[in-house]
Amino acid sequence: MTATPLFEARHIHKRFGDQVVLEEINLAFMQGELCGIMGPNGAGKTTCFNVLTGHYKPDRGQVIFDGEDITGLPPRVIAQKGVSRSFQLINLFDEYTALENVLIAVPQVRDRGYNMIRDVEKDNVAIDQAVSVLKQVGLNGKELEPSKRLSYGDRRALEIAVALATEPRILFLDEPTSGMGSNIMGRLADLVRELKCHYTMVIIEHDMKFLFDLADRISVVHWGQVIAEGTPDELRANKWVQASNLGKLV
Amino acid sequence: MADIGARIGRWVTVEMLIAFAVLVTAPFWIEAVGLYQYLGVEVLIWMIYALGFNLLLGYTGKPSFGHGAYFGIGAYAFGLAQHHVMTNIWLGIAFAILAAGVAGAMVATFISHRRGIYFALMTIAFGQVFWFTAVKWHAVTGGEDGLQNIPRPDVFSISLKENEALYYFALVFFCIVVIALWRLIHSPFGKVIKAIKQNEMRAGFIGYNVRLFKFLVFTISAGIAGLAGGLFAMAQGSAYPDVMSLQVSGLVVMMTLIGGGFVSFWGPVLGTIIFFVARDILGALTETWLLWYGLMFIVVVLFKPEGLAGIWQDLTRSRRSRKESVEASPLPSLRR
Repeated sequence: MTATPLFEARHIHKRFGDQVVLEEINLAFMQGELCGIMGPNGAGKTTCFNVLTGHYKPDRGQVIFDGEDITGLPPRVIAQKGVSRSFQLINLFDEYTALENVLIAVPQVRDRGYNMIRDVEKDNVAIDQAVSVLKQVGLNGKELEPSKRLSYGDRRALEIAVALATEPRILFLDEPTSGMGSNIMGRLADLVRELKCHYTMVIIEHDMKFLFDLADRISVVHWGQVIAEGTPDELRANKWVQASNLGKLV
Repeated sequence: MADIGARIGRWVTVEMLIAFAVLVTAPFWIEAVGLYQYLGVEVLIWMIYALGFNLLLGYTGKPSFGHGAYFGIGAYAFGLAQHHVMTNIWLGIAFAILAAGVAGAMVATFISHRRGIYFALMTIAFGQVFWFTAVKWHAVTGGEDGLQNIPRPDVFSISLKENEALYYFALVFFCIVVIALWRLIHSPFGKVIKAIKQNEMRAGFIGYNVRLFKFLVFTISAGIAGLAGGLFAMAQGSAYPDVMSLQVSGLVVMMTLIGGGFVSFWGPVLGTIIFFVARDILGALTETWLLWYGLMFIVVVLFKPEGLAGIWQDLTRSRRSRKESVEASPLPSLRR
């Protein structure tokens, strides 16, 4: 008997107008795994994430999380169930400080979201939790910095911190290294390696080296389909991957 | 002692006490500065209206260009309750808040999933529907003449016939609205609506029901406009469709922006004072005062979109170093 995956996408189809973007996507992520999704620009990777996290509804197919069908549920409901994601283009609360960005995502604050009387800034338990999430991504000391004034690398880290603060059971990161120079990439690789011990993660990535170093399993998406799947070693030997540009990079 | 102080501090701030003190004494000096008692009543009513409006515009980032509708509905509801149910001030006020809140909730149901320009356009469309209804539904609203002879009922057998008395009655509501809104925007709810203003999409992705929050804010804001409308019906002794028009709905937007509602809680209060003082002082000098006021609005929007409150913050901030502002930050666990 094989173990059931924590998160599964079955036969996902998605089209925009007459353009088919995803065609028969099947993915399965096991508890504790770090899975990578790679593929060229326009392969449908981000659309795939958008379907899995509820931003788009698939035209056909099912999304299963922890045995429950979550297909077509709105993002907030999927998020409340413990599916969290970051974005390729930084997507923060720009006027808020780093701390406020994270604080608002802490489930304890979220559960009290309709409370109109309590003083949010005296909620020490939630604040301590937010501070520790910031520390986890290396933003300690920058808690009170407005997020728009942080450096690009710090903003990328905060992007992940907001997703982390929701106490996810599975974490989707959409191109966390997007726009980063190689000098700060190392810091992010360390962070992901550290998070890997605690979270089930799925990462879309452009940077092949980054992914091959970190991922347990990788799925290659091209033309809206999963064209290859396996461990980094298996993929290195795969003729599809070798024949494509991707092979030359790894 | 410190504990009690902190507990009071959650509800009442120094700025509030200053504002309340100035307003409490206003009837004693307002005539000395060349103004008149009735103006005070009007200013208070519009301050309440603008504060409620700013919850939507400044804190949630959602513009409503048809908010006059809820102000007007509050006024009509107050009048109709006095004429057809019984002459009782509390009943009238309750009717005003409730009717405007229900109308706001109805509209919010249709628009709270909209964003940006679509949200704004829908507020205009619904505002026009209410305005048009008020103009045409003679049997209930009295058409363009409006409802006449709305009484000012007594409060605990104190007569409100004098404008000073009505002023203090309105001031009580002003204080309640200020304290309640201040608490609300510092609560988790307030934190969420400010987050929605900055990034609706991300707020959804971290698990907030953005639509429901927008619905609630719109309804609360409409309810407060209704309260102001009810008081206005008493002040004017009538309720008429003019206040529901697009034009008059635009005034509250201007007041809020000129005052600096985007950057300060007190922005709408400042903006309301500026508007009425401009109306009375410029209006005494020239019939075209609204032209000059409009130009002032343009200048503010072009050069200082943060409004008067923004200018004030620039002036005071330069004197305070950043380090101090960090130390003054209300985050105990970081200061430890």
